[in-house]
Amino acid sequence: MDAKIKETILNPIFKGNPITVLVLGICSALAVTVTLKGALVMALSVIVVTGVSCLVLSLLRNTIPSRVRIIIQLVVVSMMVILVDQVLKSFEATYAIDRQLSVYIGLIITNCIVMGRIEAFALGNKPWPSFLDGLANGVGYGLILIIVAFFRELFGSGTLFGIQVMPAGYVPNNLIILPPAALILLGCIVWVQRGIQKDLQEK
Amino acid sequence: MEYLSLFVKSIFVDNMVFAYFLGMCSYLAVSKNVKTAAGLGVAVIFVLCCTLPINYLLNKFVLAPDAIIEGVDLSFLSFIIFIAVIAAFTQIVEMVVEKFAPSLYSALGIYLPLIAVNCAILGGSLFMQQKDFASCGEATVYALGSGIGWFLAIVALAALREKMAYANVPPALKGIGITFITVGLMAIAFMTFMGISL
Repeated sequence: MDAKIKETILNPIFKGNPITVLVLGICSALAVTVTLKGALVMALSVIVVTGVSCLVLSLLRNTIPSRVRIIIQLVVVSMMVILVDQVLKSFEATYAIDRQLSVYIGLIITNCIVMGRIEAFALGNKPWPSFLDGLANGVGYGLILIIVAFFRELFGSGTLFGIQVMPAGYVPNNLIILPPAALILLGCIVWVQRGIQKDLQEK
Repeated sequence: MEYLSLFVKSIFVDNMVFAYFLGMCSYLAVSKNVKTAAGLGVAVIFVLCCTLPINYLLNKFVLAPDAIIEGVDLSFLSFIIFIAVIAAFTQIVEMVVEKFAPSLYSALGIYLPLIAVNCAILGGSLFMQQKDFASCGEATVYALGSGIGWFLAIVALAALREKMAYANVPPALKGIGITFITVGLMAIAFMTFMGISL
């Protein structure tokens, strides 16, 4: 594997993480992190949608007139999201996926990570690196989602993936389940990351 | 009376930003000063109020099960129809504003086209579908309330961030880190409205 491909894959996961560094795709990141399962489903959906949309648009990049590119991007992305949504709907009963998630799956269309990566990378690069870039950004997004969901489910419900892990006498902290806690946790993650990587700090 | 309670509820209790985190990307990016924040807020209210009723009618008369032909359910197409309406509408608004109100156009600048990919707009339509409103009027009131809620939230955050420039924030937390925590605290404050039943 040459150095450029490696950079494409590794950069979005830590140094150029879409959530903590580029601040993209926050909307859905916070709402679905009450349980680890919700976060995992959302992360996988975003990885698939970003990866495949980047691949498709990179294949089409020389044929799209730049005036109408936003509409074409939205069409391709929404087709992918519809496919993911239909797949999830068919598994809904078997795996008990939350109905509330459906709105946020729909919102992947307007997730800035997808549009941002298409605009910034896929429209100017060959299909294979674009596909990897899309996947890696999805993974970087998923990683943060899972970290936030881990703390929220552990302290908010005392469970992980629905299995009780805290001792029986543990009183769940209800504040962690409520939306504001996700923002504060995310602020702390940014704090830790910028403490380690001093060059990311804002003046 | 129903309209009034729906209106108040969508501004404070179901606030787009603090309860559902919708439109966060532009919310965080454009809240550096009050003037541009207010401009974007007004644009969001306007687009939300215009696209939500259109999407409501489309949802009711085209996409709902058995709406066009007996036994045909087109609801799986709702994402693509909603986003097409929103993208087309923002394009039209942009052209109209550019032609008839050039001063407003230059004031709003890049924020107008950005609204097409603002999750608050699409989210409004998707929640409308989920909440299953009884009439087009209710959907419009919901759109107006949600838009005003978003406007209030972005103006409040912009005002706080302007003041925060003078505060002594730890270097690693400067910028986006402290903004996340501020929004979190604001959301806690907004949660006091949750107990109100309307």
